[in-house]
Amino acid sequence: MKEFKILAVLVALVGITYYGIEPYAHSVMHPEVAAADFTFKDLKNVDTKLVGNAANGKVLVETNCVSCHGIEKAGNPAPMPAADAAAAYGVTPPDLSHAGRIYDKNYLANFIYDPVSAMHLNHKYPVGGAKQFPMPPFPLPAQDIMDMVAYLQSIAPKVADDKAGHKATFEAACGRCHNMKYASIEATTPTDSLKTYMGATPPDLSQHIKSRGEHYLHSFVNDPQVLLKGTSMPRVGLNEKAQEEVIAYMEEVGDSKKAERETIGLYVMIYTFIFAILAYLWKRKIWSEVH
Amino acid sequence: MAEFKPADSMYEWFDQRLGIDKFVKVMMTEYWIPKNINFLWAMGVLLTVMFTLLLVSGIFLLMYYKPDVNMAFDSVNYTIMQEVGYGWLFRHIHAVGASVVFLIIYIHMFTGIYYGSYKKGREMIWISGMLLFMLFSAEGFSGYMLPWGQMSYWAAYVITEIFGGIPLIGGDLVIWIRGNFYVADATLTRFFMLHVLLIPVAILGAIVFHFYSLRFPHVNNEEGEFFDFDEEATKYLEGDKKGSKVVPFWPVFLSKDFFVLGFFLLFFFYLVFFHYDFAMDPINFDKADGLKTPAHIYPEWYFLWSYEVLRGWFFEIAGVSGKDLGLMAFGFANAIFLVLPWLDRSPMVKPANQRPYFKYWFWLLIADLMVLTEFGKLPPTGPNAWVGFGASLMFLVLFIALPFITKAEAKKVEGK
Ligand code: HEC
Ligand code: HEC
Ligand code: HEM
Repeated sequence: MKEFKILAVLVALVGITYYGIEPYAHSVMHPEVAAADFTFKDLKNVDTKLVGNAANGKVLVETNCVSCHGIEKAGNPAPMPAADAAAAYGVTPPDLSHAGRIYDKNYLANFIYDPVSAMHLNHKYPVGGAKQFPMPPFPLPAQDIMDMVAYLQSIAPKVADDKAGHKATFEAACGRCHNMKYASIEATTPTDSLKTYMGATPPDLSQHIKSRGEHYLHSFVNDPQVLLKGTSMPRVGLNEKAQEEVIAYMEEVGDSKKAERETIGLYVMIYTFIFAILAYLWKRKIWSEVH
Repeated sequence: MAEFKPADSMYEWFDQRLGIDKFVKVMMTEYWIPKNINFLWAMGVLLTVMFTLLLVSGIFLLMYYKPDVNMAFDSVNYTIMQEVGYGWLFRHIHAVGASVVFLIIYIHMFTGIYYGSYKKGREMIWISGMLLFMLFSAEGFSGYMLPWGQMSYWAAYVITEIFGGIPLIGGDLVIWIRGNFYVADATLTRFFMLHVLLIPVAILGAIVFHFYSLRFPHVNNEEGEFFDFDEEATKYLEGDKKGSKVVPFWPVFLSKDFFVLGFFLLFFFYLVFFHYDFAMDPINFDKADGLKTPAHIYPEWYFLWSYEVLRGWFFEIAGVSGKDLGLMAFGFANAIFLVLPWLDRSPMVKPANQRPYFKYWFWLLIADLMVLTEFGKLPPTGPNAWVGFGASLMFLVLFIALPFITKAEAKKVEGK
């Protein structure tokens, strides 16, 4: 019984120290932040209860948007090569095929109405400031905007809930800025333009599932300003499902052996447990001769 | 040369040439260990096993690792972790093992301190053990740099910078260690050499020396009892196994160690597969960037206490800058354990709790080290800085007071 007492003291000392330098120190260095908001309730410029008319939306999108954006799924190729577009706008405008699927409806409507406030970039593009955001605001009547949203939703392809599907979401949402070396994905915007445009080089995201972790990403992607005040990365406005797909993809690329690790881990532990029991029985037998 | 009879069996053939029988007796079946010991005496064997695991997993990592600032990060995080079959397993075992080995080293050391196993003939065991501790520290530090992540880089930067505080030669010394003015490719390649060649070889030698140093004074026991090992061994060999105070290393001592090892490995593999963040800091999955200082820089957990002894001194005293005071305290902290056998002036070899004064000293030291470890990680701002200072001061005071405390204890015990 003395050995159990010693073990208890040992476990207590190690446990207290562990608690202090891991969970506790972590909570001090990374305080909890506001929960992710997938309704984007701060955006109120457009009445999103209106029911959109996709046919009218198609006309509006074709007049207002395709001069800059490609929409492959609707048969509109990008109006110019990615590098030229980046030279013209600072960043390559994303293809809008998946827009209706990945962006939250409220966000998308308000983004069209006023991109800068939707992206939480007012600090970078103050009203009346010298710098202009490359995409103009479209302060159209709410019905027109909801028509465009309805159109974008109607053309968006369904993607499977697998690695290929997650990749499509990642490329549509983050692909204009971020590389993902471990999946051979290069940002559509050339690095030099990005650096000038953003004022910071967007990091390669291959290992961010490990360096930042799911918990951090969940909040960061929803609104970068919450965790990195003043950062030039925009709020991209993904709905919850799309964001989960993006994070799943980051895990599939950055931690591709997770499933293998967990299965093998279980086997190794079972095996070790059997070893420990056998070792105990053997020890009992041997020590019964000397005690 | 002795005359050789033709051997009747393969075993005999080898025995004639290598003296297997004799060797096994001397090393195993007639190497005597006290019977009166608890599971804390299994830590040495646990350490031997951990070192073996580190060595083997390290050899596998070495096959794919590339010591070059442009390639190191991806060779570890992509090639080894994702492409090579079971590369991730070797890396996890290696990284988690390197952290857990320190937990066991600390338990082993403080078991030695608690039971007074460092004095009255056991000084060389202690010294060789401390040598191992220093080598392991160097091994841990140099290994942590190899993945070339943000924490690799910045911990290397901060720790090498410490040497800059040494008077006169400091500045040159830092450059000499780094092989450059800043932490660079030359730093990585030389730490690579240290990590995979020089230090492991030294550790192997030190382990042999540590085991050898155990031979003559023999292992201590739970009551600190001194007895005649030859007499007890004879008793055992004559069949009085229950009455003898000793047991042979094999199979009796090791059977208990295997049992402890089994449950320890269960814990270890749980960490390896399911809970490795504490050993593989997330920040280290960001590639090293000399232009981007992380918000919080801290060393691996096992260096936190001595890091805090350094950091605790943050203000000038009597014209000496906080930085210099910290450096002196740090030097003191890292050297003082080595001379512990001579700081303890009491002849008692007993578990700390049976020693009238030493017991307070021991538990205060443990508490102080825990506080230092905790505040070594927390940001050193506001009250944290003062707690750190207090704990750092306390550490020095404890060791300066030890000879006096134990001297008084010796007197008290004699008087009775
Ligand atoms: C003058 C060119 C231009 C026009 C016209 C334009 N855009 Fe954009 N758009 C951009 C650029 C450039 C970006 C990328 C901005 C950035 O990432 O900083 C962008 C980004 C977007 C995004 C991504 C938003 C996010 O959260 O990531 C959507 C959706 C979008 N545009 C929709 C539209 C729609 C709908 C229209 C038509 C009403 C339109 N754009 C018209 C240039 C344009
Ligand atoms: C318009 C360009 C742009 C888009 C689109 C974009 N990012 Fe970023 N991102 C950046 C920039 C620039 C930074 C660097 C910010 C800084 O250092 O302040 C960044 C940083 C990050 C970081 C690192 C944050 C940290 O803690 O250092 C993560 C993670 C990230 N982005 C994820 C994403 C994901 C996921 C998406 C897609 C859903 C995305 N980003 C879309 C520009 C972008
Ligand atoms: C990884 C390195 C080490 C290995 C492999 C190792 C191994 C061992 C082994 C096998 C024993 C005998 C059994 C036991 O009591 O556990 C032992 C005893 C001992 N070791 Fe270590 N050891 C290491 C590091 C250290 C360190 C860092 C110290 C402290 C400075 C230390 C101090 C001692 C002492 C004092 C004993 C004697 C214990 C007693 O007599 O009760 N060792 N070591």
